[in-house]
Amino acid sequence: MAKTVAETIRDLTREHLEKNNGLLMGQCITAVGWIQNTVPPHCVNLVELPMNDNSGPGMAVGAAIAGRRPILVFRFQSFLWMAASPLVNHAAKAKAIFGYPAPVFIRAIATEGGSSGPVHTNCYHSIYMHMPGMPVCAPMTPKEYEQVWDYYMKHDDPILVSEHRRCYLNSEEMPDIIMDGAEITLYAASAGRLNALEAHKMLLEQGVKANLIHLVWLKPFEMNARVMEPLRQTRCALVIDSTYEIVSACEHLAYTLMINTGFPVQALGQFDRTQGLVPRLENGTPVPERIVATAKEMVGMKKLWGKKSA
Amino acid sequence: MTTTFSGLAERVPDFGMIPGLAEACPKDRSLEMYRRICRVREFELQCKKYIDEKVVQVFCYLSLGQESFPAALSMTMMGSWVVPQHRGHGTCLLFGMEPAKIIDELLGLETGCCKGMGGSPAIHDISKKILGHNHLIGDNVPVAVGFSYAKPGEKTICIFGDGAAEEDYVIGALGFAATHKLPMLFICDDNDLSVLTPTRDRRTWKIHEVCKAYGMEGVDIADDPWLIDHYVREFQTKLPAIINVRNCRELWHQGTGTDGAPEWNRFQITRNKMIELGLEKEITQIESEAKQEMESLWLKQLQKLSETSHAST
Repeated sequence: MAKTVAETIRDLTREHLEKNNGLLMGQCITAVGWIQNTVPPHCVNLVELPMNDNSGPGMAVGAAIAGRRPILVFRFQSFLWMAASPLVNHAAKAKAIFGYPAPVFIRAIATEGGSSGPVHTNCYHSIYMHMPGMPVCAPMTPKEYEQVWDYYMKHDDPILVSEHRRCYLNSEEMPDIIMDGAEITLYAASAGRLNALEAHKMLLEQGVKANLIHLVWLKPFEMNARVMEPLRQTRCALVIDSTYEIVSACEHLAYTLMINTGFPVQALGQFDRTQGLVPRLENGTPVPERIVATAKEMVGMKKLWGKKSA
Repeated sequence: MTTTFSGLAERVPDFGMIPGLAEACPKDRSLEMYRRICRVREFELQCKKYIDEKVVQVFCYLSLGQESFPAALSMTMMGSWVVPQHRGHGTCLLFGMEPAKIIDELLGLETGCCKGMGGSPAIHDISKKILGHNHLIGDNVPVAVGFSYAKPGEKTICIFGDGAAEEDYVIGALGFAATHKLPMLFICDDNDLSVLTPTRDRRTWKIHEVCKAYGMEGVDIADDPWLIDHYVREFQTKLPAIINVRNCRELWHQGTGTDGAPEWNRFQITRNKMIELGLEKEITQIESEAKQEMESLWLKQLQKLSETSHAST
């Protein structure tokens, strides 16, 4: 039976702690469930950090400078706000300022639903994309996670790994979908990929063919043929992500795609409002119905522009 | 206007003094400590001169008046990792960093320790076991603590100021160091000023007492070099520990301005003590050598700056 993402993370971590003398640092890592089964129980080199949301990450930066390649775990991405300074101001800039690296592997766990409330419920990887010196990615499959880990071990940058809880039980890979006659290209990141897959099926049922490109690396965002050609084919696109839409990863990627191709690309993320505790007040990853509606609207607009220009 | 006088009982030059330390100290040790004080002082005086002449144009955090703790610290703790604070020229110099690399950094040259990226607060040399500071006060404390945790069996010195001591992340990191009994010596370089705000306007508590409550060894003393030397030697086998060193910043937080005479002049007090110990002839020689060393070092590096400027025009 294929490994899930959670099992992949746990096995990579165990090997790192046991064979590389690496460290895993975080708050409440030994709590029930060992962080959704991603932490090897009772392994060597696990460091329970006290509830110091800013100094704990600073200590991980120090451990990274010391050469221990620490994995720093945030059980909720809401903690990224408090943790930011040592990670973006010290770890991400260490090579530029001091000439030595501080490679921290930052596991930041995004969540939504489940009544975890207006602060913990969210995905905030966009904020770390603002600073130079720190690649940002959002793997959702076992192989993607292995590739991200391999990248980290071969480079000396700190890296933000945005993990969405919805990926932990996934054991399937998610290949891109390219369709002849596609009318729109969907680019999706994080849990947006799961919803985009649903939306893709719904669009097809409604007679709209779409491409679906899965994004793992948000920064740097490589504008290669795999990314650009589908957009050149469909001449419009939608970027879907689990973050807030305003000043976000999805807006940045949409802008980058648009500026590099000249075709309209729209961003789709969370609405600009605080989500509530109960289901009727949630504000998560754009749901498939919203993706479908926006995609159809863009396709309609494209046809309208086509008639006008004719 | 004197803005540094606090009126606190602790803000006196003999606070925490143990009588007889200078007299009991071997003469060679006293002379070497004095030599180190003079090297820092002359380095900083040269730096001040070139700032005033606008040759050095970057922000500089000079440590004139605060020379004695790096001198005393380096007498015992050479070989330890050092994580200095932003006001760190003296510490880096005395823990083995080449002065030329410091000067070049202050001149913004490619040959500076940060290639011109970091300037005065970021002076460092990892080959000499000195890490860099990223300009945010106290940010170095969690970094030092994590570094120490990750380097079992090696001692780490971490230096921060009385303002940085108030940073929440410093308090948290000190707790972790105490919990894990890390082999760390913390120095609070306490000039009683956060830029220009005295400690009494910022807090009622003392950082060494916080550390003692955590279970660390700790002491609060004036910056007498023999007194600091005494506690560094005592604490080096009882780590983690903290020494709050009360001293006087002669110049502004940044740059070369002054608001009048400092509360006390540690250099002059130390010099007088050396004379009292019968070492006047030796210290005159030391002072002269330090002055010559730093003058010629600065001139040599400035020549390089001049050549670089010519090459680029």
